[in-house]
Amino acid sequence: MFSFIARRLGLLIPTFFGITLLTFALIRLIPGDPVEVMMGERRVDPEMHAQAMERLGLNKPLYAQYLDYVGKLAHGDLGESLRTRESVWHEFTSLFPATLELAICALIFAGILGLLAGVIAALKRGSLFDHGVMGISLAGYSMPIFWWGLILIMFFSVHLGWTPVSGRVDLLYDIQPKTGFMLIDTLLSDEEGAFKDALMHLILPSIVLGTIPLAVIARMTRSSMLEVLREDYIRTARAKGLSPSRVVFVHGLRNALIPVLTVFGLQVGTLLSGAVLTETIFSWPGIGKWLIEAIGARDYPVVQNGILLIACLVIMVNFAVDILYGLVNPRIRHQR
Amino acid sequence: MSLLQIKNLNVRFGDPKAVPVVDGLDLSVEKGEVLAIVGESGSGKSVTMMALMGLIDAPGIITADSLNFDGKDMLKLSASQRRKIVGKDLAMVFQDPMTALNPSYTVGFQIEEVLRQHLGLSGKAARQRALELLKKVEIPAPESRLNAYPHQLSGGMSQRVAIAMAIAGEPKLLIADEPTTALDVTIQAQIMELLLHLQKEQNMALILITHDLAVVAETAQRVCVMYAGQAVEVGHVPQLFDIPAHPYTEALLAAIPEHSEGAERLATLPGIVPGRYDRPQGCLLSPRCPYVQESCRQQRPGLDPKAHSLARCFYPLNQEVA
Repeated sequence: MFSFIARRLGLLIPTFFGITLLTFALIRLIPGDPVEVMMGERRVDPEMHAQAMERLGLNKPLYAQYLDYVGKLAHGDLGESLRTRESVWHEFTSLFPATLELAICALIFAGILGLLAGVIAALKRGSLFDHGVMGISLAGYSMPIFWWGLILIMFFSVHLGWTPVSGRVDLLYDIQPKTGFMLIDTLLSDEEGAFKDALMHLILPSIVLGTIPLAVIARMTRSSMLEVLREDYIRTARAKGLSPSRVVFVHGLRNALIPVLTVFGLQVGTLLSGAVLTETIFSWPGIGKWLIEAIGARDYPVVQNGILLIACLVIMVNFAVDILYGLVNPRIRHQR
Repeated sequence: MSLLQIKNLNVRFGDPKAVPVVDGLDLSVEKGEVLAIVGESGSGKSVTMMALMGLIDAPGIITADSLNFDGKDMLKLSASQRRKIVGKDLAMVFQDPMTALNPSYTVGFQIEEVLRQHLGLSGKAARQRALELLKKVEIPAPESRLNAYPHQLSGGMSQRVAIAMAIAGEPKLLIADEPTTALDVTIQAQIMELLLHLQKEQNMALILITHDLAVVAETAQRVCVMYAGQAVEVGHVPQLFDIPAHPYTEALLAAIPEHSEGAERLATLPGIVPGRYDRPQGCLLSPRCPYVQESCRQQRPGLDPKAHSLARCFYPLNQEVA
């Protein structure tokens, strides 16, 4: 187990450098530069442009810029936004709870519904429900997020008026950001109805963001469950006179969860990339929207380090899933 | 009244007209009796027991005139009523112990589960009882085994755990479906000894499904020989071995390697068990029987009393009464 962790940590170093190189190069491949965007594209005085570029250190050759960037990183300096002059780390940490809140709600939605649908589909294999769930999940998996989001907004928010169109909470409420999680902050505040309002704001974005993970989890759970239900120990459990629900959930699902958990971990990456689109559609003030705006403004430090932070997050989550895997599966736990 | 009374049991898969896997089986087991069921693979031994346990799902179709266990007709009970009996009064040990235990739970958890379900024990009492059961099945260092996972146990050890689980509810009838087939020869004898020891100690009935006729000769009081889903001969132990009435029983006995000592080849019965499409109209053994007569091909014999046993044959062997 220890050597396994060490190996995984060792792999992080090249991954880390790969990410810095990639984000550094990609954002500079987009036409335009930060100064142009800041000054407005119609009339840029060439002299002022050159001055500004020099001030930002963007006139140096690319390799020098990259070395500057990596050198700062080595000192733990993530730089500051070209637009707001705020430190990237500070902006990231203040916006991240919003994204995390959305991602957790989406995962809860996808996890509960996906597991349930997968288990029932496996139990009723070949039934109308099974074919229905598998068909819908294939459609869900193939759904473009931005299109799906707009359709839901049009139907539920505009047509039916059930849910708000955008944002995290109505501007009527004055909420102090204590934890950054709107659901908790609204509960802590004494504003009446704020919690319900925040919850309503969360529903549509969570569904949109959770759709793809939901489809993947449902399909994975189904196939994993079908495999497990054929195992001898399921017959043993039934021969003990246990109730069908105990056989399925205690003896079946526990074992079927092992591969599902891996998929769950992999979905965190999908979730964060989905968050970028979802947050843009719903004007959700999280890191996804922050990154999109930064790309638009060619805010190099924000784009580079924002993506780097997200990448680190995905790596950490997958790492945690590997460890969790050992907890669920005793056969792995005992391999040393 | 017998502990177990099966009358005209039929098990089919698919539609009600499909060829039955178990075909009109009659069988009874008395309290505290050891009954062995022998027969080739595919003769319906396991399916019969699975039907009794309620472990056959759709598309399996079970019909019987009666499937009476301990005074209750198992087919007429609701699923939840049946679950009160299965795992408690009626328990089963399966063939491959390495896959029969759930890999995600400890041995203790899996034994305690039965105690919670059927005896209402929990917490310390359940743990204490689980430990006693492990001692009963003669597992070395039982205290430490309670927290072991199945993959940490050997095959023989796993089978002992499976037996502990099966006897946890102090069953009146234990079904052992080839309990030693998947184990090393040295372990086989130990497990067999343990089963018989427990059978005597708890005075439970034991149905032993096996291929090992030597074991049957030593342990069982009665034997049921099955062929192609039917019982072809049912009789008491020394007689059935010494003077078999059915040609199939005779052939099975002749196939024991020890009986062919000195011969170039082992004795075999040519041909295979009839399948779905070549099921004969007459006696199911008629295509393979060395004593076959014309009437055997036309009509199917019933399971009728012969000189020393019940046999399904028009021309039984060894009928001289001594």
